[in-house]
Amino acid sequence: MGGAVKDGWLLARALRTPGNTLALDSEGWTALIAMARAEQMIGTLAWRLEGLKVPGAVARILADARASADQGRIAALWEAEAARRALAPTGVKLVLLKGTAFVAAGLRAGEGRSIGDLDILVPRDRLDAVEVALLYAGWEWVKPDPYDDAYYRQWMHELPPLIHRDRDRMIDVHHTILPITARITPDAAGLLAAAVEVAPGLFALSPNDMLVHAAAHLFADGDLAGGMRNLWDVHCLVEQFGTSGLEDRAAHHGLSREVARALRLAAALYGDGATLNLADRLYLRRLTARDGWGRATRPATRLGFYVRSHWLRMPPAMLARHLWTKWRKAPKS
Amino acid sequence: MRHVFSVRIGPVGFRIGSDWRAPIAHLESLYAGYPAPQGGVPDFNVRLFAARPWRRFVRPAVMIGGDFVLPEAAPLPLAQGLLAAEMAMNLQMALGQRHYLLLHASVVERDGRALLMTGISGAGKSTLAALLGARGWRLMGDEFALVDPETGAIHAFPRLVSLKNDAIGVVEAGVPDGRFGPLLAGTPKGDIRHLVPDSAALAAMDRPAIPALILFPRFGFEPAERDVLPSEVFVRLTQASTNYVALGERGFEALTRIVKTVPARAIDYPDTESAIAQVEALWAAL
Repeated sequence: MGGAVKDGWLLARALRTPGNTLALDSEGWTALIAMARAEQMIGTLAWRLEGLKVPGAVARILADARASADQGRIAALWEAEAARRALAPTGVKLVLLKGTAFVAAGLRAGEGRSIGDLDILVPRDRLDAVEVALLYAGWEWVKPDPYDDAYYRQWMHELPPLIHRDRDRMIDVHHTILPITARITPDAAGLLAAAVEVAPGLFALSPNDMLVHAAAHLFADGDLAGGMRNLWDVHCLVEQFGTSGLEDRAAHHGLSREVARALRLAAALYGDGATLNLADRLYLRRLTARDGWGRATRPATRLGFYVRSHWLRMPPAMLARHLWTKWRKAPKS
Repeated sequence: MRHVFSVRIGPVGFRIGSDWRAPIAHLESLYAGYPAPQGGVPDFNVRLFAARPWRRFVRPAVMIGGDFVLPEAAPLPLAQGLLAAEMAMNLQMALGQRHYLLLHASVVERDGRALLMTGISGAGKSTLAALLGARGWRLMGDEFALVDPETGAIHAFPRLVSLKNDAIGVVEAGVPDGRFGPLLAGTPKGDIRHLVPDSAALAAMDRPAIPALILFPRFGFEPAERDVLPSEVFVRLTQASTNYVALGERGFEALTRIVKTVPARAIDYPDTESAIAQVEALWAAL
């Protein structure tokens, strides 16, 4: 593994086989660290490479990244605890999603993981009560724009984001895992019913539902931004819990295709490989579009997936109206 | 990237890439006496790039990028490319540094002990550090004091001293044999000119110092001094730190150690001569 690799595969291979990084020269290390930062995976990389005899400068950078991830974990768990206290009077159980759930449950996917917002899942018919409780506990609206606010409330799978006025941390309150406008409708009540308590008063999705959620987020909603990290989550979850019952669960939520793709791509990037079809290869081309300066590359591929994400999110007429409104409201330079 | 320059400033390595030659040429010349990043692996990457390919040539405007970015940074004209590089390097530190507690302060050293000067923009911390650096003190930095949470020592970060507006003439007169960068007129922060730290500052940049005195200078008032209570020092230093919150308990421990062990004074001064006399008197009385 020399300095020749110039895309995200450099990062994927380092995570898959940490020992191979010892062959990197200074240019290779520089590229690897820049990519890991850009994909928000520097903490994950640092955990994965712990104990290896890496060069001194690299060891320093990775030690700082580990300390930083540790602090991020403490802050994320504190945020979850704050939300638990805020929601206690409503009787709504606090179901954590993504990074915060991984660290609360002590999963491998949470080791070194960067965690931004607090994502939670609540029953749709309790959204109003949850919103009031959070506002009462010091969270405030971020998006003052009436169109955005109305759009979120009518069509999205989450409330408009709220930010806490003292701690400056964001919370995303979901009532399901895909936008209402998407063509697939997962069983949100089923997700909540199968949630497991991972710490006193803190719940997480069942492992199979975590995988379904990761796949839904990647392939039925977003433009694959942060995809390398999401597939690392998938890889770690599969490694830790296996895939028993996953096929049925994915079918139940209407996400069989997406889950199967997530497993193939995670195996291709981080595991033992998989038989890939043409579309899979296109996805990988997008996922690894990153250079040794941490820059986004392959703009045409990226644009394609960006357009696709909007196409998946809403029907054509609605999409046209949405883009027209957003364009008219955008600041002109 | 087309043009690349790597440098180590104190313990921190940078790699700066640019779409244009000019900013890199300035950096090469002004940072000529500095070492390369440890082991060839920089701590941070900085990118100076054109927003659109044709903006490399037509009304060239320098966008600031790197490992850590602010979402709405405005581009600078190519003539201010050096400033863009300096801003981007400071930004990497402010947003990305997780090893040292950063205090927005200038630092000079004597006998292994460090004097920290912190205050709002225009308080004169860069000017005083530059002038003291020419009068027997070692310049450790004019922007960030790097506090090591393990030891409590201050590490040097002697980047180019950034002088603004009236301070440019004051320091040109006060440091007659100093090496200066080009005058950057009409930047968003006014006129800017950089002073290259002297060879003594560079030769000693890997030597940390024990903090001995914190000053809160204020320019434009009659000479005055007062003690600053630890509670006020604590609050003002949390405000002067860009990564205090991000460091969590380590940051709290490092900061409270400084507040408990290092005396602090606020000084008002009408001109730099007066300020330097006040500083020397306070230092002698420690």
